[in-house]
Amino acid sequence: MSAARGVSPPLVDVVDLSKTFDVSPPWLNRVIERKPRQFVHAVDGVSFTIERGKTLALVGESGCGKSTVARLLVGLYAPTRGKVRFDGTETTEALRSGAARALRRRMQMIFQDPYASLNPRWKVADIVGEPLKEHGLISPDRTKTSGARSADLKAHVAELLRSVGLAPADAEKFPHQFSGGQRQRISIARALATQPEFLVCDEPTSALDVSVQAQVLNIMKDLQRKKGLTYLFISHNLAVVRHVSDQVGVMYLGRLVELSDKAELFARPRHPYTRMLLDAIPDIHMSGRARTPVQGEVPNPLNPPSGCTFHPRCPHANARCKEERPALLQIKGVQIACHAVEEGRI
Amino acid sequence: MTAALLEVRNLRVEFPTRHATLVALDDVSFEIAPGEILGVVGESGAGKSLTGAAIIGLLDPPGRVASGEIRFDGKRIDNLPYEAMRKIRGRHIGAIFQDPLTSLNPLYTVGRQLVETIQTHLNVSADEARRRAIKLLQETGIPAAEQRIDQYPHQFSGGMRQRVVIALALAAEPKLIVADEPTTALDVSIQAQIISLLKRLCKDHGAAVMLVTHDMGVIAETCDRVAVMYAGRIAEIGPVHDVIHSPAHPYTVGLMGSIPAMDEDRERLLQIDGAMPRLTAIPSGCAFHPRCPKAFARCHVERPNLMPAQATQAACWLHSVDMKAAA
Repeated sequence: MSAARGVSPPLVDVVDLSKTFDVSPPWLNRVIERKPRQFVHAVDGVSFTIERGKTLALVGESGCGKSTVARLLVGLYAPTRGKVRFDGTETTEALRSGAARALRRRMQMIFQDPYASLNPRWKVADIVGEPLKEHGLISPDRTKTSGARSADLKAHVAELLRSVGLAPADAEKFPHQFSGGQRQRISIARALATQPEFLVCDEPTSALDVSVQAQVLNIMKDLQRKKGLTYLFISHNLAVVRHVSDQVGVMYLGRLVELSDKAELFARPRHPYTRMLLDAIPDIHMSGRARTPVQGEVPNPLNPPSGCTFHPRCPHANARCKEERPALLQIKGVQIACHAVEEGRI
Repeated sequence: MTAALLEVRNLRVEFPTRHATLVALDDVSFEIAPGEILGVVGESGAGKSLTGAAIIGLLDPPGRVASGEIRFDGKRIDNLPYEAMRKIRGRHIGAIFQDPLTSLNPLYTVGRQLVETIQTHLNVSADEARRRAIKLLQETGIPAAEQRIDQYPHQFSGGMRQRVVIALALAAEPKLIVADEPTTALDVSIQAQIISLLKRLCKDHGAAVMLVTHDMGVIAETCDRVAVMYAGRIAEIGPVHDVIHSPAHPYTVGLMGSIPAMDEDRERLLQIDGAMPRLTAIPSGCAFHPRCPKAFARCHVERPNLMPAQATQAACWLHSVDMKAAA
């Protein structure tokens, strides 16, 4: 549909993506204690597209399924239902076929915890250089000549480190010699090694201090501008999301409840949950903005409420919300799943 | 101004190690008035949690108060023997920690933990203690408190657990509560609930709060005054409005600029290059000078103390009398 408007097709196209985890007790317990099988619908029918060179941010509270979406997109989980199309190719099948390596080269992931995602026994040159070797991106004739690392590899690694603001000499150090922010830069350098087009960033700055977070966010924005990268940015911090994204999707208990342009979402949040999230942000400038008190907590995903899963916390819920699950509809240019908005009640 | 409830003077905390003695807190001085909420903000390693731990007498060995003094209600508490400090901790100074799961005992019901705390510090009967416990749980907004009091911590959600921890901290009606990152482990929607609860309860009970956090937003919403810490020292202290809107210390300026704002669009965030120095390598002079855009010769050699700067107090030579005379 976007092609009809004369724009190139989106790089990432996600249709009805779902992931169900089996969290049943062991077989013996089920038989003896007569416990039923249990499933968590971590992601339930999520659809969105990401245009080339743009950033889609997914926000939501813990357990809403945003990290599961990230892992489904890069193929770390196989979807239970639905499709992920990357540049026209369906990824689930492609990742099982011979084309997997070529596809993996084009999408990379940055993880939340820079302490856990780098191998402490490897030097930075090996960490950043591994994807280069794995994908055969360094000239093979020279790799065989030297013992440890070829000149070509060294040059590549130095270039990558420089692009994230580290010194080429840092290649000979171990991860423990770096601070949290520097480690996250190493993660970014590693992700950039294969020259990907699409980066999935799962809470890349949540473990960092604010001044370091600013450094990492600036690098990510600079790289996007220079290399035309496309990002899926997962975060629970709405202020960070507002800074980096073009489009924002709000998730609640495995489903998208609102998906719209950043400016629209922050200026006119429509879904009651989005409004609640925005109201909950501490107001740093003490502008005296009126805040509605937030009620309740996220329900247990094992036993989600009927109808709209947000209805027990929603001030606008009525009988229909308790019974019928709202679909994601296009209302005034914004995709939204809410009966109250659809009926014009709010 | 009334007499300060808590007075910290030139506090220095050291960690003796095999190679050298690390100075984690150096020359930290501040006061908290009765009923006041003081925020202590800073990045990891600034020494903010350590300041709280020193006040409640829970420094992990080998850490120790090397010099300076801490006075509570006029009496020195930093040199009290362990048993005497135990009587103050909980009774007069309550504590709330970051992770509600580790600060509650998983083997005891919530009620037993509350009753134990109340009976340890206050001379009341078991029935009376239980009545008070239920009342505290109701005050902290736990629904069906009469039933939930007999449940175990694992039966509570994260936000509910933190409410229980707040109830525990308030159990003996302390005059001061040291809250160390009370909302960091919680989701944003729960965080807002807990902050407003903490604020309301401390007002009702007349307790002063030292709120340690890295979140400027939480500080802005909650505190009367704020101390910004950097590398074991207070960089700036003053009324929260002045510190946020007209920060005087270059570090505070950088810190405020690096927070993505909800009401303005910036292509790039202001960034402070580099990182907080390690304790083993605190720079000479002003510890912030290697990262400071405004550093000059004096900053490299001489360490600034807090001096009046605009509406706040800042430890920065930019605000020295000579600089003002030159300007």
